[in-house]
Amino acid sequence: MSHLDAAYDFARWLARDERNAEDVVQEACLRAFKSLDSFRGENGRAWLLAIVRNTYYTWFKRNQIYASSVPLDEESLSAASQEVADLERACGSLDQALHQQDVQRLVNDALKTLPEEFREVIVLRELEDLSYKEIAAIAGIPLGTVMSRLARARRLLLQHLRLVQRES
Amino acid sequence: MNCIESRSRMHAYLDRELDLPGTMAIEQHLAVCEACKASFDGLAALRSGIRRHAEYYAAPPALAHRIRAKIGTAPPVAPATMPARRPWLQFPQWLRVGAAVAAMGIASWIAAIQYASPGADQIVAEQIISSHARAVLGSRLVDVASSDQHTVKPWLSSKLDFSPSAFDLTGAGFPLLGGRVDYLDNRPVATLVYRHRQHVIDLFIWPDARSGRAPQPQSSSKNGYNLLHWADGGMVYWAISDLNPAELKTFSEAYAAAR
Repeated sequence: MSHLDAAYDFARWLARDERNAEDVVQEACLRAFKSLDSFRGENGRAWLLAIVRNTYYTWFKRNQIYASSVPLDEESLSAASQEVADLERACGSLDQALHQQDVQRLVNDALKTLPEEFREVIVLRELEDLSYKEIAAIAGIPLGTVMSRLARARRLLLQHLRLVQRES
Repeated sequence: MNCIESRSRMHAYLDRELDLPGTMAIEQHLAVCEACKASFDGLAALRSGIRRHAEYYAAPPALAHRIRAKIGTAPPVAPATMPARRPWLQFPQWLRVGAAVAAMGIASWIAAIQYASPGADQIVAEQIISSHARAVLGSRLVDVASSDQHTVKPWLSSKLDFSPSAFDLTGAGFPLLGGRVDYLDNRPVATLVYRHRQHVIDLFIWPDARSGRAPQPQSSSKNGYNLLHWADGGMVYWAISDLNPAELKTFSEAYAAAR
């Protein structure tokens, strides 16, 4: 998988729209090209993804909205309430749900409905297969926050999938 | 470990971000706690659902073309690791090569920083380091101790669904100590254990359909260990040791020559 594919996939999941994703990637690539001199690390893919993310948030002026939707961070992982445990257990039967014909649509829809700050970490983790350290660098958040956002993202996904499962 | 701790570390465990003691502690807990095990299975099912079914959007070829036009047509210096120069400038050819390769070409302006993607190999490498460290630090270096390849090979074959080639390489300075079975990359794998002076070399072997052709051996080092991996005849090989890279290379050549 090339860096460009990674950049596009990430932008596509952030923007949830083809045209915007293409614009963001094009702009990000130009920026990356211009600042090639400033590249110091060894992980080119993570570096490019960070630029994609920056470009996206600046372009769509989401910074303010984004900043205001962050308090979820304090939600510590030890909020392992019985409710959450039950939820995850119920979703042990997720495999059955995933045998439905429209699994692909189901999974994609669940990801699309995630709030941005959770969607980006889960996409970076599961689709780009990046480490916590790399995700932290790209999203500009501490390691612990990467972990708590991933945990929260997964709970939201399980919740969403369980709802769909019930309705069907 | 109790359930609260287990739940707070479950995601890091799922993401293979725990250190060895942390991993062992949670594995012990999951082995005895049904509730936590069920939660973990739910998370693991979610993960495999996402990885298998979520869309991975590849960059459209037109986008690659547009970026290339914007940046300028001069192709950057190809990275030293590129196998061969591709004919980027022949447009019809370029079209035929298809989106993926074209995208690679465009991305080659970041050529200098293009690196072997982390991902699968990196995860395997971490697991190999853990297995090797566990074996060397603990007592279980080999399950079957023998320098006789006619003992080691049948023993491994009887435990696995494939039959790895085991050779004693004493002649080359790498006597065979024996073999064991490990579990990594989601499957049982064969481990041949060799010695070179006071150093132990683990050679992990398993079949992998993805490794169709034999790429050049890739070397890496991490946590003070040197690793070398290659593919040959539908099998992947990972050698790990605290030997220096050159000696590890010699070992891999000795093994290849014995095949």
